[in-house]
Amino acid sequence: MANQKTEEYPVIGLQGASCTGRSVSVLNSSFRKQVEEKSGEKVSACYQCEKCTNGCPVEFAMDIVPHKLIYCVQLGLRDEVLNSDTIWVCASCETCTTRCPNGIDIAHIMDSLRQISQSEGIKASQEQVPIFHNAFLSSVRRFGRVHEGEMAAIYTLRSSGLKGLMGMAGMGLDMFKKGKVKILPHRPNKQVKDIFRAAERKG
Amino acid sequence: MEVSLYPGCSLHGLARAYNESIEAVSKTLGVELRELDDWTCCGSSSAHVTSDKLAVALAARNLGIADKVGMDLVVPCAACYQRLKTAEKHLKQGKPVEGLSIKYEGNFHIKPMPDFLWENVGEKALREQVKKPLKVLNPVCYYGCLTVRPPKVTDAKNPEDPQGMDNVLRSLGAKVRNWSFKTDCCGGNLALTRPDLHMKLAQRILDMAEEAGADCIAVACPMCHDNLDSKQKEISIEAGKSYNIPIFYFTELMGLAFNDPAVETWLGRHTVDPRPLLRQRELI
Repeated sequence: MANQKTEEYPVIGLQGASCTGRSVSVLNSSFRKQVEEKSGEKVSACYQCEKCTNGCPVEFAMDIVPHKLIYCVQLGLRDEVLNSDTIWVCASCETCTTRCPNGIDIAHIMDSLRQISQSEGIKASQEQVPIFHNAFLSSVRRFGRVHEGEMAAIYTLRSSGLKGLMGMAGMGLDMFKKGKVKILPHRPNKQVKDIFRAAERKG
Repeated sequence: MEVSLYPGCSLHGLARAYNESIEAVSKTLGVELRELDDWTCCGSSSAHVTSDKLAVALAARNLGIADKVGMDLVVPCAACYQRLKTAEKHLKQGKPVEGLSIKYEGNFHIKPMPDFLWENVGEKALREQVKKPLKVLNPVCYYGCLTVRPPKVTDAKNPEDPQGMDNVLRSLGAKVRNWSFKTDCCGGNLALTRPDLHMKLAQRILDMAEEAGADCIAVACPMCHDNLDSKQKEISIEAGKSYNIPIFYFTELMGLAFNDPAVETWLGRHTVDPRPLLRQRELI
């Protein structure tokens, strides 16, 4: 469309991130609005003070450090954000949330981004992370309480196969000898199953 | 004194020593801990990653049970504490809970184990039971992330420098060291999925404890314990430096000071055996 005026917004301050070296032709607010609606957090209030990144214990393992991730959401860089390592290596320690001078619950935004990424069927950059959470929750769904041994075995089998599971056997036996393994799971709980069903229905 | 207890899943498995020492010291102190009838998992870290509604509902179910009992609720796990407090804030705002109908008045407090012992049981009662003062022990207290963060949820008075566990251990005579890593993350959430990152973070905490002149670390959470205790051998290989720092549940140290006969059974469940240190200090 020849008559449409396009502005160039340089992506400043993103050196070293996956969104480096390009500019955004149109500032796209739809992604920011989606994230704000889902999380209830005001992403647009971020003024890039970097307090979140400075306190983050795992920023060294992130491809887009926290304050830059928030900036990416502001700019509408949807693919970069939802495919990032960042949303899956975040340890949910909540230091960022605690220290944000603008009251933005950044850890909650990370949750919302993971949820959006999963609901859109995007392959997680750290595939094993959602596998772990699914193994954990399926144990809770079945037994009302998580059965640690079963959960760890299912997670290991699904993330590293039979060989991985065999590799875990020694550790399991050692823990068993120290009395750290609960043998039988708890009994199924109807209310817990109802809660899972309701969450699936409403998302 | 009688209170409700939400033990959380790990106390019946991985953290058996924590459960046993909590039972023993509360008996000594005359505290009746009433485990919530038919409690279920709080959802831990996996629920909030997956669905906000699921996370609130799984935790809220337990608050409904506690509400019926009406007594204060003590929680010995950091993650459980934070999830229950999140549900409490949600319920107190009168917001609905998906998939669950509960009656909730909320006339009770939710407390982390160390704060309960310090604020409700109190210094005098603790000191009265000390048979073996821990004067020769120099612990640092590691609180982890989720009993304090975020303070708008946890109501932590001092989220960057909590004091509950420090106070309890000082009242037992221990020479508690100051350090700045009380609430730094050990990467527990990543222990199974990114053990490399988790071990880096745990190593940093072990290093800082050593630098603070501590001979052991006291914790008040099953995950904090496992994350610092169980990987020291692997961390040593990775770092080319030997780590062998005993990690105590703070209730084990209480049992030790109270001269509880079961202390050695609890300590036998650890990966890093704390008994050589205690023998060397003539505490066992």
